[in-house]
Amino acid sequence: MKIAVLIKQVPDSTEITVDKNTGTLVRDGVPSIMNPDDLAGLEAALALKDKDDSIDITVVSMGPPQAAGMLQEAIARGADHAVLLTDRRLGGADTCATSRTLAAALNKIGYDFIIAGRQAIDGDTAQVGPQTAERLGLPQVTYVDEILELTPEYAKVKKSLEDEEQVVKVKLPAVITTLSGMNKPRYMNCIDIVDSFNNPVQIMTYDDIKDDLPQDLIGLAGSPTKVHRTFTKNVSAATEKFDLPADETADRIVEALKEKQLIKK
Amino acid sequence: MATFPDYKDIYVFVEQKDSEPAEVGYELISEARKLVASAPELGFQVVGVLLGENVKDKAQDVIAHGADKVIVVDDPLLKDYSTQFYTDALTQVINEFKPDSLLTGATVLGRDLAPRVAARINAGLTADATGIEIDPTKVADGDALLLVTRPTFGGNLFGTIVCPNTRPQMATIRPKVFDLAPVDETRTGEVIEFAPVWNSTEPEVVVEEVLPKKIEGVDIAKCNILIGAGRGAEGCLPLLEEAAKELGGEVCATRAVVEDGFMDKSRQVGQTGKTVRPTLYIACGISGAVQHVAGMEKSDFIIAINRDPEAEIFTISNLGFIGDVNQVLPLLVEGLKKARKA
Ligand SMILES: Cc1cc2nc3c(=O)[nH]c(=O)nc-3n(C[C@H](O)[C@H](O)[C@H](O)COP(=O)(O)OP(=O)(O)OC[C@H]3O[C@@H](n4cnc5c(N)ncnc54)[C@H](O)[C@@H]3O)c2cc1C
Ligand SMILES: Cc1cc2nc3c(=O)[nH]c(=O)nc-3n(C[C@H](O)[C@H](O)[C@H](O)COP(=O)(O)OP(=O)(O)OC[C@H]3O[C@@H](n4cnc5c(N)ncnc54)[C@H](O)[C@@H]3O)c2cc1C
Repeated sequence: MKIAVLIKQVPDSTEITVDKNTGTLVRDGVPSIMNPDDLAGLEAALALKDKDDSIDITVVSMGPPQAAGMLQEAIARGADHAVLLTDRRLGGADTCATSRTLAAALNKIGYDFIIAGRQAIDGDTAQVGPQTAERLGLPQVTYVDEILELTPEYAKVKKSLEDEEQVVKVKLPAVITTLSGMNKPRYMNCIDIVDSFNNPVQIMTYDDIKDDLPQDLIGLAGSPTKVHRTFTKNVSAATEKFDLPADETADRIVEALKEKQLIKK
Repeated sequence: MATFPDYKDIYVFVEQKDSEPAEVGYELISEARKLVASAPELGFQVVGVLLGENVKDKAQDVIAHGADKVIVVDDPLLKDYSTQFYTDALTQVINEFKPDSLLTGATVLGRDLAPRVAARINAGLTADATGIEIDPTKVADGDALLLVTRPTFGGNLFGTIVCPNTRPQMATIRPKVFDLAPVDETRTGEVIEFAPVWNSTEPEVVVEEVLPKKIEGVDIAKCNILIGAGRGAEGCLPLLEEAAKELGGEVCATRAVVEDGFMDKSRQVGQTGKTVRPTLYIACGISGAVQHVAGMEKSDFIIAINRDPEAEIFTISNLGFIGDVNQVLPLLVEGLKKARKA
């Protein structure tokens, strides 16, 4: 059984702040991490491999050369192979072009079961998983918070919706997208990290997939969405703010609620 | 000369469950009405798309909410949502009727369906939008270019996205972002039935069991009065609950409080929780991180209590009080009780 896990390197958005003077994102010194939903997907794959050693896990990422570090970490955690798709020609891709490119690479790599994260914390679209499934003509189950069973024929998973959960059976090959809350990622020890360097990240470029994917369908040119402009929210002037003793504060709130007729007798 | 002469109108996918349309579809129809009104030169209509089984009699409801036309696909295969059959049906509707744009709610369903459809037809899809307008500078050329704004980087950066070269322009939009227009039962409109050709009627995905989510039974998104607990209020949660009870409201929380295990995830407000729009939101010991604010800033009236005068929450509150919630809350509960008796 070949499991491919899609992982994206992202800036840790909890560490990103906005410069109040310039209104721009402060990204300097913000660490890059493995996208949390993808880390959960990788952990889910590793947990399956713990039970069935014949499972072969390949982690796949498209991104700049430095994403190799994150993939090396995935090997240290227990992935069997890592592929980094890196090429300037692929830059600027939206989700439409990204999914085409990942699908072409996955066709070269081979798969029986594909795990993507539900959403990346930088682009935040949650579109690449379903779109990759569509490009490959595979069924999908999104918002998965548990893998209950994986057989050569099907997977049984739990899907989390707004107000219910569903136990879903999907024929393989298939794509699922995973939620970060589904498990706790395992720790890596130093030995694993050192050992992982015996198994280097494989590099793929556009040349490896170009027979299946014309150049006008990749990168910026192949992207139907364009970023017209970006901005940070302008911090509005402080509203009415009072520094009063606690009893007066409580009184003021009660008065305001009375005025708004929000207190019902 | 219009750039895309074959494509016209703003389409809204009206999500339904058990043949009951979800409110988000009507919110989008209300917004689509405003969009077409902002560019009358285009002569666009608002078109609802309703997929399901036995949903045809809901078409009038969609019209009453503001649609000029409703395309109904009524088929037993569409009874419950499935990625496979809904994608097949919706792409065929698009190929047949050629919408200039198509809006879908950014619900679990919408975010499963819209990307799949967009990939099949190679259309651009803007995710999880919070604002839309028609670019006024392009209307004279007959171009209804949508400027779609959305948060990224965990709500720190906003991007305005356009799809200048492809049609339809697709976007998913969060529930509760747009206001519902008043319902007009007397509105009339056209109902068109469409029958798709199924590639296969064999389902690839089967729902074997539906389990209720372990929630406490309230949907905070539907509450009119909410008292929000932040990390600063973790020591006085029973008082928040008491105040909420006095006001006939509910408590909700930041992710920090949920992660600390003090409240159920179903009560989390914010980017990765629920979006709420109550009449009153009282933020207690909440710092006002963008991810939290994204889920509650549309509340009609926001009161904040925080001991830090510089807390971000004060920049979005209507009334701010610098103070310790542990001291204010007991007095507030007392005051509310007194006011109700008076
Ligand atoms: C401000 C801004 C706004 C944008 N808005 C849009 C938009 O509305 N629509 C749009 O189509 N594009 C948009 N983009 C482009 C989009 O962010 C990129 O295409 C991005 O590389 C992929 O989208 P995502 O980060 O949202 O991933 P998601 O779709 O959220 O990712 C889901 C999962 O797919 C997998 N995955 C995603 N990317 C990769 C990768 N490179 N390598 C391996 N696995 C991956 C991971 O498993 C991930 O968890 C925007 C970009 C910016 C800068
Ligand atoms: C991708 C992503 C998604 C996220 N999604 C969400 C989300 O959906 N919802 C969400 O809420 N957060 C979300 N977060 C987390 C968010 O960034 C903040 O960390 C969180 O909202 C902070 O919660 P808080 O205000 O309770 O805690 P803190 O930021 O720790 O603030 C506590 C506040 O309480 C005040 N305080 C302390 N003691 C008292 C007292 N005795 N009296 C009065 N005031 C007091 C302090 O001055 C401080 O302002 C997300 C983060 C990321 C990265």
